[in-house]
Amino acid sequence: MDARVTGGMDLNWPEPGVCDAVPYGVFNEREVYDREMERIYQGPTWNFLGLAVEVPNAGDYKSTFIGDIPVVMTRDDDGNIYAWENRCAHRGALVIRDSCGSSDGSHTCVYHQWSFNNKGDLIGVPFRRGLGGNGGMPDDFDMKENPVRKIRTEDYKGAVFGTFDWDMGDVDSYLGGDSVVNGHVKRIFNRPVKVLGHARQYIDSNWKFYAENTKDPYHASLLHLFHMTFGLYRSSQTGGVRLSNDWNSVLFSESGTDDEKAMEEIDDAHLRTFQSDYSLEDMSLLAGRAGEWNDNTTLVILSIMPSLVIQQIQNTLAVRQILPKSESEFELVWTFFGYEDDDEELTNIRLKQINLIGPAGMISMEDGESSVICQQAISRSRNARNVLQMGGRTPEDQDHLVTESTIRGFWKKYRELMAY
Amino acid sequence: MSYESLLEVTDLINEYVACIDDDDLERWPDFFTEQCIYRVIPRENADAGLPVAVMYCDSQGMLRDRIVALRNANIYAPHFYRHLVSNTRIVGESGDEIKAQTNYAVFQTLLDGETKVYNVGKYEDTIVRVDGKLRFKEKLCIFDTYRIQTLMVTPI
Repeated sequence: MDARVTGGMDLNWPEPGVCDAVPYGVFNEREVYDREMERIYQGPTWNFLGLAVEVPNAGDYKSTFIGDIPVVMTRDDDGNIYAWENRCAHRGALVIRDSCGSSDGSHTCVYHQWSFNNKGDLIGVPFRRGLGGNGGMPDDFDMKENPVRKIRTEDYKGAVFGTFDWDMGDVDSYLGGDSVVNGHVKRIFNRPVKVLGHARQYIDSNWKFYAENTKDPYHASLLHLFHMTFGLYRSSQTGGVRLSNDWNSVLFSESGTDDEKAMEEIDDAHLRTFQSDYSLEDMSLLAGRAGEWNDNTTLVILSIMPSLVIQQIQNTLAVRQILPKSESEFELVWTFFGYEDDDEELTNIRLKQINLIGPAGMISMEDGESSVICQQAISRSRNARNVLQMGGRTPEDQDHLVTESTIRGFWKKYRELMAY
Repeated sequence: MSYESLLEVTDLINEYVACIDDDDLERWPDFFTEQCIYRVIPRENADAGLPVAVMYCDSQGMLRDRIVALRNANIYAPHFYRHLVSNTRIVGESGDEIKAQTNYAVFQTLLDGETKVYNVGKYEDTIVRVDGKLRFKEKLCIFDTYRIQTLMVTPI
């Protein structure tokens, strides 16, 4: 580990192992961010790159990032997906300069036309043996020793992950083997998917405020009026949280299962988000098709750290890729999908319900705002700490939704990876 | 194409953006026919032929529901919009439908008073006459600025 990357070691952390309070400096210090780029994004983590269907044919490619490192994902003639850092082995230029495309399997840097195959091997160096008897590379220059920096890649049920760590376990074990978390990933990716579109949000906040939000069943019915008022999600419903490897988690619920006593308490609390007289003029927005997965689960938020949310909300399906850009900015890339075997009616149901999610989502837009208002308030709070005690003080699986247990799990793993 | 049509369509679009910028949002659905299509769609989806829009309404009722949500439900930073529109072109006239395209830029100002370019794109409109007045039967807002700053709540 680079000894110079020492960021945040002097922050006001509680004793090791405690994860119900973190110092706010972790959200806005450049040194912490740089340390994350080393220890998390280039450490023992699996990072979401995209859906396999985004590169369907040999030669197809897509540019994306691991952390803030530009990377490329490609499909090779051998049918597999490969990935590599998007940096020419010669003098550091971007090799791929568009967001996605197809090729004949060779990727040529515009600067000196060094070219690489889908796997990232160097296959062409102009004038390697000189030109007109002049110049050329030294005799002992070995093309095989000069690939791009390769990334270990795995296509897991149609979701592609990459890591710079060639020794860690596979995605299946990262997700916990036969864990409930892994079970939910497999439930959503149980058959071939098709992409319906993309959307991007740029949020002036540290990525970890958003990571916390994705692990937060406590906020969902208290911030999001549409969840609470229309019963899409309430903390009073049948549901729960499960953790895997501490910082991978799922929260899930079944609409229409509100506990009566809990609903009375909600009503008595006069919460802003529970408005019994709020109605929609056109209820087709909420019309859906039940039982797509042969169960009663209507909401699943999977938070696979550090870079991925997989969600089912009613009939909407999406992945959200979390891309940090600085200690106070991140981009959220949404890819909305359905299944290849969807009929036209179901596709239209999904397209209409997408009004609830995404950057203009009548539910999801507010998660952008909640992250921004935290970033704005902590500007001089480096050693003050937050309070993560809803539902207890340790990270653990729970069979209810009135908890911050999964956020505690995130910080437990974070402190380990960052050696804080 | 008649200059009269061009003038009428330009006027419709000017009134439309003024309604939004002046926060007169309860009147916004009145610019549409009762069964209408309103889609705000990132250019990367439009170019790739992908159907997802970040806002998608297919009735005046859904438009009104968006405004009610903006006023009473959603949580967002207070802001102003300022539309600049230009280059209105009539690109087709068939029967009682006029097809027009217009460039737009929406500038957004937050409470700190800083104005930023928020959303730039083009309107692709299908316009019909209802009781003598022009209305949008279909409005597509295809935006180049597909990196949306924080969120989008006010219609484009």
